[in-house]
Amino acid sequence: MVGKRVIFGNRRLPYLLVAPEVVLVLVFFIFPAAQALLQSVFREDAFGASRVFVGFENFRRVLSDPRYVRSIWTTIGFALAVAGSTMTIALFLSAVANNVGKRATAYKTIIISPYAVAPLVAGILWFFLFSPAVGVVAYGLRGFGVQWNHAIVPLHAFSLVVIAASWQRIAYNFLFYLGGMQSVPDSLVESAAIDGAGPKLRFWQIVFPLLSPTTFFLLIMNFIYTFFETFPIIHQLTQGGPSNATATMVFRIYRDGFRGLDFGGSAAQSVLLMGFVIAVVALQFRFVERKVVY
Amino acid sequence: MITDPVRVRIVRHAALVVGCTVVMVPIYMAFVASTLELAQIFERPMPLFPGRQFIRNYVQALVVGGRGLGGARAIGALTMVQNSMILAVGITVSKIVISLFSSFGIVFFRFPGRSVVFWLVLVTLMLPVEVRIVPTYQLVSDLRLLNSFAGLIMPLAVSATATFLFRQYFMTIPDEIVEAAKVDGAGPMRFFTSILLPMSRTPIATLVVIQFVYGWNQYLWPLIATTDRRFWTLMLGLSRMLATADHQADWHIVMAITIIAMIPPVALVLSMQKQFVKGLTESDK
Repeated sequence: MVGKRVIFGNRRLPYLLVAPEVVLVLVFFIFPAAQALLQSVFREDAFGASRVFVGFENFRRVLSDPRYVRSIWTTIGFALAVAGSTMTIALFLSAVANNVGKRATAYKTIIISPYAVAPLVAGILWFFLFSPAVGVVAYGLRGFGVQWNHAIVPLHAFSLVVIAASWQRIAYNFLFYLGGMQSVPDSLVESAAIDGAGPKLRFWQIVFPLLSPTTFFLLIMNFIYTFFETFPIIHQLTQGGPSNATATMVFRIYRDGFRGLDFGGSAAQSVLLMGFVIAVVALQFRFVERKVVY
Repeated sequence: MITDPVRVRIVRHAALVVGCTVVMVPIYMAFVASTLELAQIFERPMPLFPGRQFIRNYVQALVVGGRGLGGARAIGALTMVQNSMILAVGITVSKIVISLFSSFGIVFFRFPGRSVVFWLVLVTLMLPVEVRIVPTYQLVSDLRLLNSFAGLIMPLAVSATATFLFRQYFMTIPDEIVEAAKVDGAGPMRFFTSILLPMSRTPIATLVVIQFVYGWNQYLWPLIATTDRRFWTLMLGLSRMLATADHQADWHIVMAITIIAMIPPVALVLSMQKQFVKGLTESDK
């Protein structure tokens, strides 16, 4: 690991400096994660009175449960739908904003404000628009013959979560795409313009290919966001339903652990999700963090 | 400078106006609902322009609360604002202070175990609270820290993002500055307070925004770690108010609290837009 050449020579001070972080990491991260690993190979009754070593039994049980396997697909479906829609919209808006010059400031301010809006609040805002009882959008859709009801129709529930999450996420993607576009040299784009390339051609032939590191980075970040940050939306809006159409992996960990009191199963799910996250983060480091030296 | 045809430029502005409208519509409709009487919200369709109940609804939201906030002894949003503020500020301050110290230790000292510290922090990136939720709950429960701010804040008080951001920033500080401080007789802590902290204003500002928003918007952990409604944050209060069927909810109060819940983080992001945008897009990668 790289460090500074000029350093201070104290022996005890550096340990004091890193101590708070190390202690908190050990107590609140490493210890619970180790517990999850342990719990995943034991079966414990709901009162914690007895514990039996069962090996990979919990994993086998979880993975052979079609509802759990379905939650993996639901999570992947959400990740793809949210990443796809939010990145498409953000890319379009940033491409346009990048070309309107200084007057873009007002637009930018509006577009980035949902960054600060909580996922739960985003869920409530869209729930209010789509609620069959009071929603303006639900009312409008009825004019087109669509009886919107996310409490009954799985597709509606899935879409509502995707809409709320994507809406909240546009800001983040917009910021990164805009930042990426601003670092594309003007000279490249201008010389293409001189050669007669119109705005569309300039974008797809020059700007978009140069943005591919940003696109990849955002894809990963949106996946991680969808894994975890859709929980409040789902917990509030759909409770995983109807008929488990919106039960993601995190939602199931919560439901099985805190409602079902199935600690072994919940822990096995935690371990599987950890594996998922480690794979995604490893991908991110492999492809995105190349220029960063540790 | 490229000059595109007027038609193209008009289309661009039109596209941005549409985009901004889509972004604003949900917030606008929530605001409209927060200024109406409950009966008006149930009209088909609901009025599209603000009504006259602004003051009444917001006073009720802040002081009294609405249905779902604990029945007879409902709590007003003021308590929840206070709780959200304690949680967000607590998380922000502890993450930044802890990370400042540890990256100072990692970058400016050599000691056995230095890379172990680094890897420990890196591992936390892969363990968000959601994947260790059950054991963390059991641990905090064993420590008798459920229903306390300490229990709410401590499991969220470490930030790999902050540690790495500071570390990267410290690495760019020229050796000459450290050299000069040492020649002038400054010890490590003097260097930290008089030189390093003032130089780190930009990453600190960025992190204040990111971590405040993170803390303010926390949902799953407070949901599990608190049962006492005196500790409810805005997120929990909103969640409880909507736990009723949607045709029974006090929508005008819910929407007033929703607007209240958006104001502090949005105001912070917009007021520090410049540093925040710069810091976020340059650091998060």
